[in-house]
Amino acid sequence: MLNQFTSYLGSNLTPGTANNQLWALMYVLIIFAGVSVAVICMNWIERKALAHFQVRLGPMRVGPHGLLQPIADALKLMLKEDIIPAEADQFVFWVAPLIGLLASFTVYTVIPFGPSQAVSDMNIGILFMLGVSSLGVLGIVVAGWASNSHYPLIGALRSSAQMVSYEVAMGLAIVSAILMTSMNASGTGTLSMIEIVRAQQQQHVWFLFKFFPLGLIAFAIFAIAMVAETNRAPFDLAEAESELTAGFHTEYSGLRWSLFMLAEYAAMIAVSSIAVTLWLGGWMRPFPNLLSAPAWDFIFSLFPGLTFGGLAAIALIGTARMPAHSFFKIQRIGLAVFAALLGFIALLLLVIAVAGRSADTSLAARFNQGIGYVYWFVLKIAVFMYLFIWYRATWPRYRFDQLMRIGWKVMLPISLGVLMVTAIVGVLVK
Amino acid sequence: MSSPTKDSTKEIANGVSSRGLSSLDRASLDQANLDLETPEKPYLDSNELIINMGPQHPATHGVLRVILKLDGEKVLGTECVIGYLHRGVEKIAENRTYTMFNPYVDRMDYVAAVSNGLGYCEAVEKLLNVEAPARAKYIRVILTELNRIASHQLWLGTHALDIGAMTPLFYTFRDREEILKIFERYCGARLTTHAFRIGGCQYETYAGFEKEVKNFLAFFPPKIDEYEALLTGNRIWIERTKNVGVISAADAIALGVTGPVLRASGVKWDLRKAQPYAAYSEFDFEIPVGENGDTYDRYMVRMVEMRQSLRIIEQAVNGIPEGPIMGKVPKVIKPPVGEIYHSIEAPKGELGYFIVSDGSTQPYRIRVRPPSFVNLQALDIMVRGLLVADVVAVIGTLDIVLGEVDR
Repeated sequence: MLNQFTSYLGSNLTPGTANNQLWALMYVLIIFAGVSVAVICMNWIERKALAHFQVRLGPMRVGPHGLLQPIADALKLMLKEDIIPAEADQFVFWVAPLIGLLASFTVYTVIPFGPSQAVSDMNIGILFMLGVSSLGVLGIVVAGWASNSHYPLIGALRSSAQMVSYEVAMGLAIVSAILMTSMNASGTGTLSMIEIVRAQQQQHVWFLFKFFPLGLIAFAIFAIAMVAETNRAPFDLAEAESELTAGFHTEYSGLRWSLFMLAEYAAMIAVSSIAVTLWLGGWMRPFPNLLSAPAWDFIFSLFPGLTFGGLAAIALIGTARMPAHSFFKIQRIGLAVFAALLGFIALLLLVIAVAGRSADTSLAARFNQGIGYVYWFVLKIAVFMYLFIWYRATWPRYRFDQLMRIGWKVMLPISLGVLMVTAIVGVLVK
Repeated sequence: MSSPTKDSTKEIANGVSSRGLSSLDRASLDQANLDLETPEKPYLDSNELIINMGPQHPATHGVLRVILKLDGEKVLGTECVIGYLHRGVEKIAENRTYTMFNPYVDRMDYVAAVSNGLGYCEAVEKLLNVEAPARAKYIRVILTELNRIASHQLWLGTHALDIGAMTPLFYTFRDREEILKIFERYCGARLTTHAFRIGGCQYETYAGFEKEVKNFLAFFPPKIDEYEALLTGNRIWIERTKNVGVISAADAIALGVTGPVLRASGVKWDLRKAQPYAAYSEFDFEIPVGENGDTYDRYMVRMVEMRQSLRIIEQAVNGIPEGPIMGKVPKVIKPPVGEIYHSIEAPKGELGYFIVSDGSTQPYRIRVRPPSFVNLQALDIMVRGLLVADVVAVIGTLDIVLGEVDR
């Protein structure tokens, strides 16, 4: 056991590839916890950001600036009565949210947070990811059917039609990115998520800018399709609340409903990470070739610490700006503690950055590198998460037939065209 | 809940589940005689789906219940069931004096209470053969037009929300607050204002009234631009509203549809111009008219109307005359025997009051012609053949208030 634990340290492979089950399990647990925390954070950020778009404050009561609101919500949802409609198909109704949840979490086994920071490096990683993430639609369809009610049924039908049609355009956009990976000496491409990022590293360009504007168009198609794929505004037809009350989860409540939400947000993070891996250079920091001097390495390795430092500063300012009334005393203390916690993390990260600044293989240096990889990967995902919120605040909802028309008549031809042009250009360049 | 019987399983197998409807509902459906043609070519070998939208539904603006007959997502026919907010306002009128009934009218279209009050007061004044003084008329015009803007703002916010754009709702409610503040300072109430009295106005304008109204005139146009920036040129908005819920001018007139819905179909009919009341004949303003009678045109008509209302308010507040605010009205209002119909252009269309007087202090009968009620009739022909999503868009664009529909 201990041997398994220590033998992996210092390895450049993912635990899956290194055949180290112990570390693989640890990674699974870390990723599961991390994604769950990310969903909780995302929940709070979405409510706050959306509120500020809409000239209101959002949650303010539970904890300072509503920081504990997601926890309160989760508690409430868990304590609610577990209702299964009398005429629903009990077993299917029960299993539907689990399918969705399972699909969106299984995807994380191949997401590369760094060159070795993934559970496994599958040689068909991207295919696996597409296949598993499209299983999520099964959960929705089954939920709508099992509810044995009209609105959920319509929502489920909409959702399945939508997901299936957007997957085609999405897949073609992905293929054009995979084609780009074969632009190397041997001329062989790859489907492995880690190798796709490495290909961008070797070709000294994010695929977003490769064969400009081909990479950009493919990326744009993927960025639109992924919103449709995750059922988010303006493509949130499956749960269009003004039309279908709540769509496929109308009959769900409490914990089961929260599982759907968890799956939705996990799926959002998952598709964003595909976009980041394929087009935005995955875990790589900006300009790894242009600014490659060790001094630049050091400067960029300070970013994680500085980010947390910035968050701590915001929390501190928030503490200082709280009303002096004694009513806010507990909230003030709470926010100050939160700021201190963030500051502590910032300090820790800065210490690691300084300690591990040499390019040797010491533990600190490796730790420092790993933090850098995960940080840049998560930061890029965060940009997409913000976009999801921004879309929701800005746009009306598409109608079902318009959505299908865009999927089949606009996005599919464009992505096919981009794929073919990419292939031709690739051959010509060679 | 009973366990599924053989019959109900059979019905599920046919694709029609009747379990959502009680026997009463089945009966009302049969009685309704929907006159629904069967689709020429069914998509699948399945029966139609009957869905109850409302009375508790996020997009039916209160307690409207629409029974939808669907083929997949396509609407084959609709049946509106109303009356969930019926309070018997017209019957109450028969047991109240003319003055006592005045606050009740505010509760019909509660987002445009000032217009309701104006229509009622003018109708009774006509019956009494008295006229409000010029200053009172100007105050009435200013408040009524402010109320028109407030009503349109509420319409815009909820309409956009129905179509899926959340944010305009909050912007319109934020700006509507400025109008409600003026109402509150004028008469103490924000929504059910009871601002006018038979014969004029109860209250003189407060100090700073004109300044606040002028501030609003400067404040609001950029806000309309803000709403339009979010919606007017928005591709999704245009796709969701263009050629959706089309009603021709002939159909609109035949159904008695009035207000922005009629004007969007190309009929230039606005009672403020056609039969000027209050002081409207003294102001210079335009009547926006649409072309296609679709949801987008109705949207544009209302947006322009808000700007035109600002023009009217500007002229009124600059030219407001001095003088009394109450006409010569007897202490006890006892109109002569007779009947009167008076209508005004409320934000939603023609709001008419038909009052029969038997010479006593109480009306013998008051019949209200509410614009929402009449406009709601057009829902069926507007949504037939469209999709479910369009039904909520059309309900939103009709701008109905159930308090007024049911009275």
